[in-house]
Order: sequence, then structure tokens, then C-alpha cells
Amino acid sequence: MPGFLIRRVLLLLPVFLAVSVVIFLILHLIPGDPVDNLVKVGTPAAKRAEITARYGLDRPLVVQYGIWLWAVMHGDLGTSIVTHRPVASLIGQALPHSLALGGAALAFSSALGILLGVVAAAWRDRWPDQIIMGGVLVGSTLPSFWLGLLLILAFAVQLGWFPVSGARGWDSLILPVLTIGLGGTALVARVTRVAMIEAGGRDFVMLLHAKGLPPGRIRLRHVLRHALIPVVTILALRIGWILGGAVTVEYVFARPGLGSTLIKGLNQHDYPVVQACLLMLAVAVMLGTLLGDVVQALMDPRVRGALG
Amino acid sequence: MLLSVENLSVAIGPVEPLSGLSLALDRGEILGLVGESGSGKSLTALAVTGLLPLIGGRVSSGSVSFDGVDLCRLPEADLRGYRGRRIAFVTQNPMTALDPIQRIGDQVDVVARLHLGLGKAAARARTVDLLASLRIPEAAAICDAFPHQLSGGMKQRIVIAMALAGDPDLIIADEPTTALDVTVQAQIIHLLGQLARDRGLGLLLITHDMGVVAQVCDKVAVLYAGRLAETREVGQLFAAPAHPYTRALIGCIPREGMAPGSLSGIPGAVPSVATYPGGCRFHPRCPRAAEPCRAAPPPFAARPGGGMLACHFPLEPADA
Repeated sequence: MPGFLIRRVLLLLPVFLAVSVVIFLILHLIPGDPVDNLVKVGTPAAKRAEITARYGLDRPLVVQYGIWLWAVMHGDLGTSIVTHRPVASLIGQALPHSLALGGAALAFSSALGILLGVVAAAWRDRWPDQIIMGGVLVGSTLPSFWLGLLLILAFAVQLGWFPVSGARGWDSLILPVLTIGLGGTALVARVTRVAMIEAGGRDFVMLLHAKGLPPGRIRLRHVLRHALIPVVTILALRIGWILGGAVTVEYVFARPGLGSTLIKGLNQHDYPVVQACLLMLAVAVMLGTLLGDVVQALMDPRVRGALG
Repeated sequence: MLLSVENLSVAIGPVEPLSGLSLALDRGEILGLVGESGSGKSLTALAVTGLLPLIGGRVSSGSVSFDGVDLCRLPEADLRGYRGRRIAFVTQNPMTALDPIQRIGDQVDVVARLHLGLGKAAARARTVDLLASLRIPEAAAICDAFPHQLSGGMKQRIVIAMALAGDPDLIIADEPTTALDVTVQAQIIHLLGQLARDRGLGLLLITHDMGVVAQVCDKVAVLYAGRLAETREVGQLFAAPAHPYTRALIGCIPREGMAPGSLSGIPGAVPSVATYPGGCRFHPRCPRAAEPCRAAPPPFAARPGGGMLACHFPLEPADA
């Protein structure tokens, strides 16, 4: 297992390098010049050139990449072109909000989704299944920004239970978590249901029944353990998505976060901020995948065996 | 009588893949249930263990009486007390019969813990003894292994150990050797036969292989397309099969001194439930079929020479 972990982490290095090249290049291929944001219209060309040189934007791309990567490795994500603050501190402010929202949404959608999936599979094709799967269909098709507005209208404006927006207390987290989590719940419930039905039809389940084990115990202690293996994979893949993909929800609830920092950076051609945000999201996706693989290896001895 | 199946019919939805099955099996006896794929052998096993609902089936008529109790009338909760405890099941494919993410020891222990009320340590000690008695080397180490680390023959021994763990009176083995290497098949069959004799268990051995039947069984029931063709004591059956289907099955066993290419098959295939022919279900493939065979199914009746038979034109000993 430790060997597996080390090998798996080493495998991430080339992926990280490739992703960093792509992130670096994409921004330089986007039309628009960040210097335009720094100078007034009609600034003399000499002044322009000086500013360009100060930010290193006149050097060859390869050199710019090297400088950037070296700095990133040392925790220096550069200085925001627009706000003149270190990008690391901008990210440092946004990340905890994204982690809180993403983590809570993930926990909520896993818990509820797995529960609903198990119930739906147990009562397959009967009314509990039909109700849950109907709800799942609705939940997975609702656009999250619209759902967010509806929730604000109902629970914040009409009932006044939760704050309308912001990120001050734990109660301001509930509506955004519901907004993001419901879509995830639908996905998890669907995957869990299918996995439960698939695992429940395997040969060894028949033999468990033949051993005289109670059906509830077979379902929860054996079938569910198998069904959770694909569910864990899906959840791990969603970690990166939830951190960055919550942009619309962050906007609707006026919450700070990685997603809104990224969008703002894009609008202002603030290269260092955009690069840092994308890099954070890429790292989140990579760590999510790693986590998924590790959990899967912990759950399935066959995976451990195959990896030595 | 340990197990007595009377006139059992099984329905899955609107179709009846198994009709009018009658079997009898006593302690220390081995009954072979023979037939091709799709003849209803596995359904019989599920019906006896009360597991038909798992595949959406049910007993539509008849009875399964085990040690004087009609299992078909028993509520599911009571039936669970029989499964694994008094009636054990050995499945067809040991590769898929064990839970791949649970340790071997735990899978065997659970039977004794559930049915005999043993604690963790006592159940494990019993498991190790059991594995050792089945000549599984390093039994204690095997308990900590996962199924994918064992060979097919070893896994089937584990499944058999699981079956024995509840100290059952009856073992139903559904094609226990089909998925194994030929070299291992004989070992497993021999092991099952020995267990039945030594422990005085009833063994219902479901197989499509007449060769296996000849090796270990006392009695044989031949099943074709959901109906019994013939039941006999094994020596008589091989000496003088009365049903043309039985004779054809025996003709499928390879024998020493056979000329190459002379091994006979049975032309055609077992019809599916939806296409069971009228009359005797074997008549489309039967060399002796005549008008009565197409018109009406032959009654399953006792024969003067012993055993039961369903055939309008049975073979005489001279024909065999």
C-alpha cells in the first residue's frame, strides 16, 4: 500500500507539468493585452514598453513559463496586475470559502444520494423507486443558478430562516450547499441505485442468501460495499468540479470563492490570478482522482493486489 | 425420508419451466439430478432452498418436505433458519460464488456465528478445523486471504467448507465442477461423495455429466425440458436405460476403447420454456417418437422393474 501511494503520487508529476504548460499557454493565446489595463489611453510607447518589461511580458514564452513555474514551486503565485496584491493571498482568501462550500456540498450529496440510491434499489420499480428517480430527474435538470434564486426566495426572503447572501456564518452556507448539493445528490443516487442493482444480481449474493443471512444485512454489509466502489470514483471526480464549478452559485449568493476570483481575473486579463486559479482547480482535480484511487484500493483487495 | 419433493411445479411469471417434479432422498444417499442446460435443474435447487423469489419465481404447486416439514408453507424468516444450517448450497461457479472483497475466513465464520451462535474466536477455530479436514493446506493463513488469491479448486473447497459450517443434513450441489479444470473435477466430486457417506448427509448432486453420476450417485433423476423423464437406482439405469433420452445421455460419456469420432451427441437442443412442444417434450429429438408421443405427454409412473418413467415406448433391456 505505501508503495502504491508513492507510485501514484509520482505519476501525478508529469500530469502536473503538462497541465501547467497548458494553463500557461492558453492565457497567452487569448486575444487581449493585459498592459491595456495598466496604462491610460495615449500613453507613450516607451512607457508602455517599460511596463511590459516590468512584468516580464516582453521575454520569450519559454522563459516566461520557466520563471512562472519556478516561482509557483516556491509558493509565489505572482502579483495581481490589477490589485497589485500577491496572488497567493487572494487565493488564500478565496480557497477556504470554496473548500467549505465544496466540502459541505460533497458530504451532503454523498450522504443523501447514497441513502436515496439504496432505498430506490431496495424497492426497485415500485413506488419509492419511482418517486426517488422522478425527483432525481428533476434535480439533475434544474439549472443551479435558478434553483439558488428559488431557494433564496423561499427560505431567505419569505421565511427569513437564512441570510440572503454573503459568507459570514455557518447559516449562510446552507442554501448554497443545497443548491450545489441537490444536483450532486441526483447523480450519486442514480449511480448508487444502478450499482446496488448490479451488485445485488451477482452470484455471491445468491450464496449469501443460501447461507441464511438476513436480506437487510446482505444489502447493507455486502451489496452496498460493492456498490460504493463506483460511487467513490464519481465522488472523487466531482471534487475538482465542485471547487471551481460553483461559479454561478457563488454569484447568486454573492459569496467569495475560487470560481468568482477566476471569472473576475478573466474579465480583467489579470494573468497571474487566472493562472493561479486554474492551477488550483487542476491540482484539486488531480488530488481528487488520487483520493478516489486510494479509497478504491482500500475498499477493494483486488485493486490492491493488481497494484502490488 | 430426509427430502421428499412431491409433484413440484415452478412458475416464473406466466410460464412454468418446471412441472410435476418428484424426488426422494435419504440421509447418506446421493441423488443425481441430470439434464442439459435449461432443463430446470437449477430451478429445482432454488425451489428446495426457498430462493426462487430472488429470480422472480415461485412454487405454483406441489410440496417440498424436509424432515417432515413442508418448506413451501414456511414463512421466509423460518426458512432462513434452514438455509445454511440444515440445507446447504454449493454453487456452480466458485469463481463468482465468494464475495471478492471479504476475507475467506469471515465468509466461512459467518455461518457458524449466525446459526450455531458461536463467538468470533470459536467460529474461527471451527473454520480452521473445517478447512484442515477438507485438506486445505495452511488453513489459518487461507482465512486471511481474499478469494482472488486462490485457485478455482481451492475456492470450491471453501464453498464446500461454507456449506459444511452449519453442520447441515442436506447439501445441494449445483454443477459443482462445471467451472473447474478437469484434473480438479474428480477431486471435488470424490470429496463431496466422501462427505455424504462419512457424515451421513443427503447430497443432491445437480449435473449435466452422466460420467459424474456414474462415479458417485446412488440414484438418478433425469430431467428433460422441465419434466422428469426417468428416475432409477444408478446401476440399473446404466445397465438398462428405459427412456430414449437417458440412453442418449449415457451415449455422451466418453469411454475407453471408443473409436475416434464415435462419441455421440444428441441432435437438436433443449427447447426453451416458450417453445415446449406438446405431447412428450422429447419427441422432436427422439428416434422412437410416434403418433402418441405427439398427442399426449406420457404419465410419470412406476415401472415393474423399479424406478419411475415417463415414456410411451420405453426401451427394453434388450434394446439398450
